[in-house]
Amino acid sequence: MAERRTFTDVLTVLVAVAFAAVGLMYLVLSPDPVMKFHGTVLALSAIIAALFVLPNKLVQPFSTPGSDVDYCDGPIKFATIAAVFWGIAGFIVGDLIAWQLAFPALNLDLPWTSFGRLRPLHTSAVIFAFGGNVLLATSFYVVQRTSHARLAGRWAPWFVVWGYNTFIVIAGTGYLLGVTEGKEYAEPEWYADLFLTIVWVVYLLVFLGTLMRRREPHIYVANWFYIAFIVTVAMLHLVNNVTLPVSLLESKSYIAYSGVQDAMTQWWYGHNAVGFFLTAAFLGIMYYFVPKRAERPVYSYKLSIVHFWTLIFLYIWAGPHHLHYTALPDWTQTLGMTFSVMLWMPSWGGMINGLMTLSGAWDKLRTDPVIRLMVVSVAFYGMSTFEGPLMSVKAVNSLSHYTDWTIGHVHSGALGWVAMISFGAIYCLVPWLWNRKALYSIKLVEWHFWTSTIGIVLYITSMWVSGIMQGLMWRAYDKLGFLSYSFVETVEAMHPYYIIRATGGALFVVGGFIMAYNVWRTIRGDEPVDAHEQPRVAAAPALRAQMI
Amino acid sequence: MNHGTIERNSILLLVLCLVVVSIGGLVQIAPLYWIDSTIEKVQGMRPYTPLEQAGRDVYIREGCYLCHSQMVRTLRDEVERYGHYSLAAESMYDHPFQWGSKRTGPDLARVGGKYSDKWHVEHLNNPRAVVPESIMPSYSWLGQTPLDLSMMEPRMKTLATVGVPYTDDMIANAAADMKAQVSPDSKEAKALLARYPKAKVANFDGSDEVTELDAVVAYLQMLGTLVDFAKFDASGPNLR
Repeated sequence: MAERRTFTDVLTVLVAVAFAAVGLMYLVLSPDPVMKFHGTVLALSAIIAALFVLPNKLVQPFSTPGSDVDYCDGPIKFATIAAVFWGIAGFIVGDLIAWQLAFPALNLDLPWTSFGRLRPLHTSAVIFAFGGNVLLATSFYVVQRTSHARLAGRWAPWFVVWGYNTFIVIAGTGYLLGVTEGKEYAEPEWYADLFLTIVWVVYLLVFLGTLMRRREPHIYVANWFYIAFIVTVAMLHLVNNVTLPVSLLESKSYIAYSGVQDAMTQWWYGHNAVGFFLTAAFLGIMYYFVPKRAERPVYSYKLSIVHFWTLIFLYIWAGPHHLHYTALPDWTQTLGMTFSVMLWMPSWGGMINGLMTLSGAWDKLRTDPVIRLMVVSVAFYGMSTFEGPLMSVKAVNSLSHYTDWTIGHVHSGALGWVAMISFGAIYCLVPWLWNRKALYSIKLVEWHFWTSTIGIVLYITSMWVSGIMQGLMWRAYDKLGFLSYSFVETVEAMHPYYIIRATGGALFVVGGFIMAYNVWRTIRGDEPVDAHEQPRVAAAPALRAQMI
Repeated sequence: MNHGTIERNSILLLVLCLVVVSIGGLVQIAPLYWIDSTIEKVQGMRPYTPLEQAGRDVYIREGCYLCHSQMVRTLRDEVERYGHYSLAAESMYDHPFQWGSKRTGPDLARVGGKYSDKWHVEHLNNPRAVVPESIMPSYSWLGQTPLDLSMMEPRMKTLATVGVPYTDDMIANAAADMKAQVSPDSKEAKALLARYPKAKVANFDGSDEVTELDAVVAYLQMLGTLVDFAKFDASGPNLR
C-alpha cells in the first residue's frame, strides 16, 4: 500500500513537472505576450501543485469523524471556498457592467475595462467559476455519501479542482487581454479548451470510478443528473470548439464551422450549457440537499425517472429557439420551438418533485432560511422554465429576442435558481465539511435571503419592463406608416431601468458578502451565535448524535 | 427493461445518457451540411480582404458581438429599419459567425455605406461626440495601435484550411493588400479591387500608418454590401 502511494505521488509530481515544462516553454518560445503570461500561470500552478504533493500535505491519512468510510473531503473544501470567492468576483463584475450600461463613462476608456471584455468575464465567472466550483464540490460530496465510498484516485480529485481553477484564471485573464474565440459562453481560446478537456476527462473518471466502488446497490438519482451533466458538457465542449490555431505558439484560432452551421452548433452548445451545466447538474444538488435538509424522502421515485430521461432527451433540441426568424432554415427553427415547448413538462416534473419533498415539513420554510433559499430557488426554477418555453414561441420571440427581456429571463434562472440553490448547498456543506455544530449565524442567512430576493425582484422586473418596452418601440409605427422611433431613442428610454437593475445587482453583491462572512466565521470555528435556532441537521453528521 | 438495471450499472447509465443526448444535435446540425437550400445561391459574395478580416478580428477581440447583432430578421420593422433580411450566404465565410444575441446597440448586418468613414472614426473614438445619447464605450486605442502587416498571411492560410476560398495569390499579397486598401488611387489598390471586388479603398482614419481603426472601419463599411439583391431570387432555387 505504501509503495503504491509513493508510486502515485511520484507519478503526480511528474505530471506536474510536465505541465510546468509546457508552461515554461510557452513563456520562452511564444511571440504572443498573452501566451507568455498564460504559460507562466500554468507553470506556477503546476509548481505549486507539485510542492503540495511532495510532502503529502493534502491527503487525509485518517477517517472522517463519525463515519466508517475514509471520505476525501479536501478537494470539496477547496472548491467550496473557491465557489464563494468566484461568486463574489462574478457578481461584482456583473454589477459593474450593469452600471456601465447606465453610465458609459465607467468604461474608463481603457481596453481592459470596457464592457465587451468584461461581459464574458462576468458570464464565465458566474457560470463556470462560481457554478462550476459549486458543482465540483457538491458532486464530489454527493457521490461519496450516496455511494458510501471514498473518491477514486489519490491525487486525481485534487487535480480536477486545482486544474479547473487554473483553467478559470487562464480563461478570465485572457478575456481582459482580448483573447477570445468570439462564441458566447465558449469564449476561451484553443489552448484553454484543450487544458479543460484534460481536466474534464479526469473529472469523469473520478466520478465514474467512485460510482464503481460504491457499496450501495443503486446509483442515487442525484448522481444520474451529475453523470448526464459531465458527459453532455464534454460532448458540447468538444464539438463546439473544433478550432484551428493560427500557430501553436499563438493564442488566435479560427473555428472550423462558418455562418449558419456555426450558429446552429453554437446555440446547440449555448442552450445546453444552460440545460446541462445550469439545470441538470443543479437538479442533482436539489435531489440531495433538499431531502437531506428537510429530512424527508424525495417525493416521487417514478417522477424522477420520467423527468430525468425526458429532460435530457428534450433539452438538447432547444438550441434553435435562439435563432428564430434568422437565416437558419425554418424546419430547424420549428423543431427548436416545438421541443422547447415540450420541455416545459419535464422541467415542471423536476420542480414538483423538489417542492413536494417538503410535504409534511412546510413549517421549515418559516424556521429554516436555508430550506427557504432552496425552496424559493426551485420556485424560481419553475418560473423561468415556464417563461423559457413561452419565449421560444416564434411570435413571442419576435418581440423578446435581442432585448433585455432575455437578460431578465436568464437572471431569473441564474440568480433565482442556480445561485440560490448553490447558497443553500453551501450553507449545508460548510458545517458538515468542517465538522461544526452549526453555522456561525442563521440570522445572517436570513439577511442574505432577503437582500438576494429583493435584488432579484428589482433585477427581473426592471428587465421585463425595459425589454418589452424596447421590443415594442422597435416595431412601433406612426399613423403615416413610418417607424416611430430611431434606435437611439429606444436606448435613451432604457436608462431608468438600467439603474434599477444595477441597484438590484448591488443588493445581490451585498448578499454574497454576507454569505462570505458567515462562511468564514463558521470555518474559523467561532462559537455559533444562534445554534439553538438552527435545525439538528445543520450540524456535521458526527456531532448530531450528542445534540438531542 | 427494468429501470433498476440501469440504476445498478454506471457504465450502462453513462452510455444511455450519451445516446439520448446525441439525437437532437445529430438531427438538427448534420443536415445543414448536405441540404442544398441551407445556403442560398447568390452573386457577389467573396472572402474578406486582409484589412477587413483584421478589422473583424478586432471586432471579435473587443466583444462587439455582445451588444450588436449582425442578423436582420424576416420581420417588417427590421427590414424597414436595417434593410433586406440577412441571408445565410452572407455569413458563409464567417469563422466564427457573429449573428449575436442582443441589441444593446443597433444591428450591424447592413451598416456598410450608411455612414461616412469620418463618422465611424469619430464615433469609435468617442461615441457621444456624434450620438449624445449613446452608451457605447469609447475605442480610442484603436487609432493608436498600428497593425503588423505580416500578421494576416498566416491567419488567411488558417482560414483557407477551414474552408474560406482564399487563393495562393490572395495569401501571397496579404501584406501588400493591407497597405493598398488605405492607399486610394494607387496601382496596388487596383490590384486589390481585382482580387476583392467592391472593397472600399480609403485612408479611413487619415493617418499614414495602417491602424486597427482603419481595419475596423474597413470591416464595418463592407458589412452587408456584397450580395447583389437586384439579382437575388428568393422564390426560385432559394425557396426555403
